[in-house]
Amino acid sequence: MKKFTSLSSIAMPLDRANIDTDAIIPKQFLKSIKRSGFGPNLFDEWRYLDHGEPGMDNSKRPINPEFVLNDPKYSEAQILLTRRNFGCGSSREHAPWALDDYGFRAIIAPSFADIFYNNCFKNGLLPITLSSEIVDNLFNYNGEISIDLDKQMVETNDQSYNFEVDPERKRRLINGLDDIGLTLQHESKIRSFEKEHFSKFTWL
Amino acid sequence: MPQTLYDKLMSAHKVLEQDGSTLIYIDRQLIHEVTSPQAFEGLSLADRKIWRNKSNLAVPDHNVPTTDRSSGVSSISDPVSRLQVETLDKNCETFGINEIQMNDVRQGIVHVIGPEQGATLPGMSIVCGDSHTTTHGALGALAFGIGTSEVEHVLATGCLWQNKAKNMKIKISGELASNVSAKDLALYIIGKIGTAGGTGYAIEFCGNTIQEMSIEGRMTLCNMSIEAGAKVGLVAVDNKTIEYVKGRPFSPTGDTWDSALEYWHTLHSDPESHFDDSILIDANLIKPQVTWGTSPEMVVDIHGSTPDPKLEKDEVKAESIRNALKYIHLEPNTLMSSVEIDKVFIGSCTNSRIEDLRAAALVAKGKKIAKNVKLALVVPGSGLVKKQAEEEGLDQIFKAAGFEWREPGCSMCLAMNADKLEVGERCASTSNRNFEGRQGQGSFTHLVSPTIAAATAIAGRFSGVES
Repeated sequence: MKKFTSLSSIAMPLDRANIDTDAIIPKQFLKSIKRSGFGPNLFDEWRYLDHGEPGMDNSKRPINPEFVLNDPKYSEAQILLTRRNFGCGSSREHAPWALDDYGFRAIIAPSFADIFYNNCFKNGLLPITLSSEIVDNLFNYNGEISIDLDKQMVETNDQSYNFEVDPERKRRLINGLDDIGLTLQHESKIRSFEKEHFSKFTWL
Repeated sequence: MPQTLYDKLMSAHKVLEQDGSTLIYIDRQLIHEVTSPQAFEGLSLADRKIWRNKSNLAVPDHNVPTTDRSSGVSSISDPVSRLQVETLDKNCETFGINEIQMNDVRQGIVHVIGPEQGATLPGMSIVCGDSHTTTHGALGALAFGIGTSEVEHVLATGCLWQNKAKNMKIKISGELASNVSAKDLALYIIGKIGTAGGTGYAIEFCGNTIQEMSIEGRMTLCNMSIEAGAKVGLVAVDNKTIEYVKGRPFSPTGDTWDSALEYWHTLHSDPESHFDDSILIDANLIKPQVTWGTSPEMVVDIHGSTPDPKLEKDEVKAESIRNALKYIHLEPNTLMSSVEIDKVFIGSCTNSRIEDLRAAALVAKGKKIAKNVKLALVVPGSGLVKKQAEEEGLDQIFKAAGFEWREPGCSMCLAMNADKLEVGERCASTSNRNFEGRQGQGSFTHLVSPTIAAATAIAGRFSGVES
């Protein structure tokens, strides 16, 4: 898995609450059997003025100049700043794949939906939960933001904010560890659990 | 120490704990074509094996056509969709996983066929790369949706890392009116607590309304728990659960059945067990519901109106209301019963079971869909639901009323197959999400129960029925 340690970047402000994974990556792109290539279709319905389908040449499509992603000011942004309950709805991991493929490495919001939050950590993408007040402050701030996962700090030029992250998730993200490989280190424990489990619950 | 049902299910599957995370054993993984190809690819690339083939059951549902499919997978006209279904078939064959293929009579929506086949049993831990896996909690199973990396993890290790959720009790008392269903209850609850109201929680639904509710109604309710952001939705095991499970293909029999019964009867929260949050709902107050906006929490009584953002004090909420009304082409303070619709969809993992179809047929019987309704679709949740409905003559009722009677699948709930709305079309839908573009780019979705969907198809505008 891709590591995450620290980064400095401006943040792209996406000022909406309850952004669902259907909006992040619409369903027609879920027909792909690959893990990559979703970036050009990130926020497809907001980003382009026409209807997108897999296989289209996205560089030739009419873009929506009012959508913030198309503002050249944010073309290098690696941080997405948004409102509460980001990533709600469908469990599609295509949502973090699309965000990552586009070039985002971290998302800051007052809250995230569970499955999306979890999926981010599997893809080297760091979701950061900060209070609504702090997020408000960041929406009013235009400069570069630094994120340090080890120190669990988000810094602007004059403020710094601490954030919470599960220690095990943090360890895996910083070291880019392979989840399956780690779990298989417990193979014998899983085998013995399984044996007892099936002797107790014989119908399984 | 007294335990909640969720606590019991978590501890029964706990393999080990490490730094606050729990490795839990997964009894059943349900697999469909959309969220699995990358997981199988990952296994192949790392040269890993399936931990336990028997735990997995696969079915294609999202991409399958609901029209004639007698020529098998080649009847999927979209080559990208077809490849996804073919990839599932191929992966299941390569890895030795039991798959119910597209033209098998048992095929259907993964959350309909799990319980129907007895592949979902009380007390099981169940995952699927699909958020509506919460459905299976209706049978007292620990069931939740996961992403594709976790699908791969479960395939390879039989286990999953979990952080324990908090416990929430939603107690519903009183009697639901005859025109009010589990769907209305679910929408009503989401309207109260919001789409993030359940985030971080395992919700257990209880109270006499739930005791009275059928298993299929409980599935509808638990299905929609994810729309409140919950990790899982649960209902304790009772005699209705046992009756439901009995005699299904994957259900135990004989002595095994007896020992299962003994265990299943322990699957309820202990008296005095601790809930981090409790909510009381009075079922008598609930009217049929309809969503007006672009989130399931944007919901009113069928006789209600769209809100006025000027009256909302919270600026983020007011902005959400303005955005939603703008998207969905409705003015503030519009009576929902004045809103005309273009299409009707009766189906999805929320509302495509036999009771849902019976409820809709009861309203449609002897009537005709309104002239302004371009298409009214009925898509049964599985081939077996379809068969049962046909035996009861429900298909004839629907067809006589002008509805189309289709083959099973997810269909227009998320419109990955050919069933979709065109730009500007408005739909009364028994599905679970009214997000922007969910049923087709630039289309408008209003979530309702099967009863209201049928009444709306007949009236051509949102309409209730007499209790």
